[in-house]
Amino acid sequence: MEAAMDIMRRMPPSLSQQALDSLLALLPAHSSELLSRSDQPLQVASDEEFDKHYLLCDYNRDGDSYRSPWSSKYKPELEDGVQPPAELRKLEQEANEVFSIYRDQYYEGGVSSVYVWEPEDGKGFAACVLIKKDGSDAGDGRRGLLQEGSWDAIHVIEVKEDQERQFGHYCLTSTVMLALTTANQATGPFSLSGSITRQMETDLALEHGHLCNMGRLIEEMESKLRNGLDQVYFGKTKEVVFTLREPLGVLTATSHIGQSLQRRIVNDLGRSR
Amino acid sequence: MEDRIQGNLEETEYEELGDDQKVSIGKWFLLNAPPGQVLQVAKDVRELLTDSQLYDRAASEAFPEYNVRSMISLEMPDGSGKVLLTKFGELDRSHFLVPRTASVAVVDHVKQMCTEVRPADDEELPSAYVEGFRFCVDVALLKYVDEAFQGGECSVYCTKGKDLEKSGGEFEVTVVISNSSYSPKNFRGGCWQSVWGVLINEELHSASLQGTISVNAHYFEEGNVQLQSSRAFNDTVLLQDGKDAGTVIVNSIEHLESVFLSNLEEQFANLSDRTFKELRRKLPVTRTLFAWDKALQLSLTREITREFSGNRR
Repeated sequence: MEAAMDIMRRMPPSLSQQALDSLLALLPAHSSELLSRSDQPLQVASDEEFDKHYLLCDYNRDGDSYRSPWSSKYKPELEDGVQPPAELRKLEQEANEVFSIYRDQYYEGGVSSVYVWEPEDGKGFAACVLIKKDGSDAGDGRRGLLQEGSWDAIHVIEVKEDQERQFGHYCLTSTVMLALTTANQATGPFSLSGSITRQMETDLALEHGHLCNMGRLIEEMESKLRNGLDQVYFGKTKEVVFTLREPLGVLTATSHIGQSLQRRIVNDLGRSR
Repeated sequence: MEDRIQGNLEETEYEELGDDQKVSIGKWFLLNAPPGQVLQVAKDVRELLTDSQLYDRAASEAFPEYNVRSMISLEMPDGSGKVLLTKFGELDRSHFLVPRTASVAVVDHVKQMCTEVRPADDEELPSAYVEGFRFCVDVALLKYVDEAFQGGECSVYCTKGKDLEKSGGEFEVTVVISNSSYSPKNFRGGCWQSVWGVLINEELHSASLQGTISVNAHYFEEGNVQLQSSRAFNDTVLLQDGKDAGTVIVNSIEHLESVFLSNLEEQFANLSDRTFKELRRKLPVTRTLFAWDKALQLSLTREITREFSGNRR
């Protein structure tokens, strides 16, 4: 299992689906662990009754069927499919509405789904918020910049309340997976793909309710992940390329040429004395 | 629900994969190893396949392909430098021509070692005339690679018309530059490969260049992010008497490779403000953080309207 997880971390993120399929074929006895420990791009289904799309994950799955957050019905149909308790279902419906608005404002398109369930220990509740965006030309891209562009965000949040119901304790685990290829024909393909996962835990007052708190945490986390990918991760891949082949003509003290120049100057100075 | 999901999967009867399928999966993982990490992936594959005979089969099929495709270089045991593994120097699966020293390196692909070196036979080498030209390109190339590619390797092969005896004809040399790095403690690795076919027409005093540059970079501290980019180039240069042809050709390569890098830099510069916006904006269209407390109100109003109108959307 450790070897399997190590290999998943090394394979190109753009091939992660194929890598996972291979591991599932190789280690069928570990399939549930493999599936729960490796995140994959989200699949989309449609709820004909509500004429809306929804996303599939382990948390809305029962057997081979997936529950729509809109109608709460399973597809393929399932008579006795698991349903959240009435109170949580109400929260789920509200959350789906609010996160749709959030998604529109940040993503200008895409699909989102929220699923809420009762944890095994019966304390508090748990929810997952899924957002998928296809930013390519063929998808919801607005600027014609991407030939391929997918963003998948998976947020799983566990919520507990204190005894007086004054504070909520939130534990959030978020993963973002993305793959993009720019559409610039002249300069050849330029692709970036990756995934990162982060966790955070915090206590918040319940004055505006759970949904408001969960929303703020997820918004903050998504911005952090986006900036991390943009500023840190992509920046690092650029650094790697520029150390493999130095941009000649740009002299810096740390560059290879810079250093050899420094040595030469030091030598010359030594000789002239 | 969790229990139910796991129950369902575990009840399924597994179909054991055939040996050939296992080998081909192992091979697929090895071939897709990121730059410099094939040995780590090999360790994982060995564990996953559990049967060492199956691993050996996967490795013996994957490594020769991986090594040549990744253009790895291996130290030669006689101390004469490194041999670059490329399809241009591949005499057979385990023998590679080293044009600079006019020798042939024997390679153990799975161990990634050069085990033996012998002098090249006459028929493996170009004519003295073509070799003279190849040599002058190689000298200029070494100088450029030493300046621009820390730890990089390069080679110049005669790929067409190698037996040409005198001036006036057409022949081709292929210039290969390969550089890779892997630093697990800095969580990074990458590779650069450029291949330039240079067709020399002495009657026209010209050389036409056709090249491809490709780069791959991997950063994996608490994540897994990979960059891939490539581009093809064409150019024609004039070879004038009195000017060193090697320098003229290598200058053109250097120029085009700098163009590639500055394009890459532009792409990175556009990422933050333009490209990334297609996926997720930094701020909502409203340019302020999302109003969670109000949104709840909004969705409640929507719901009430919906209940009254009986319209679900």
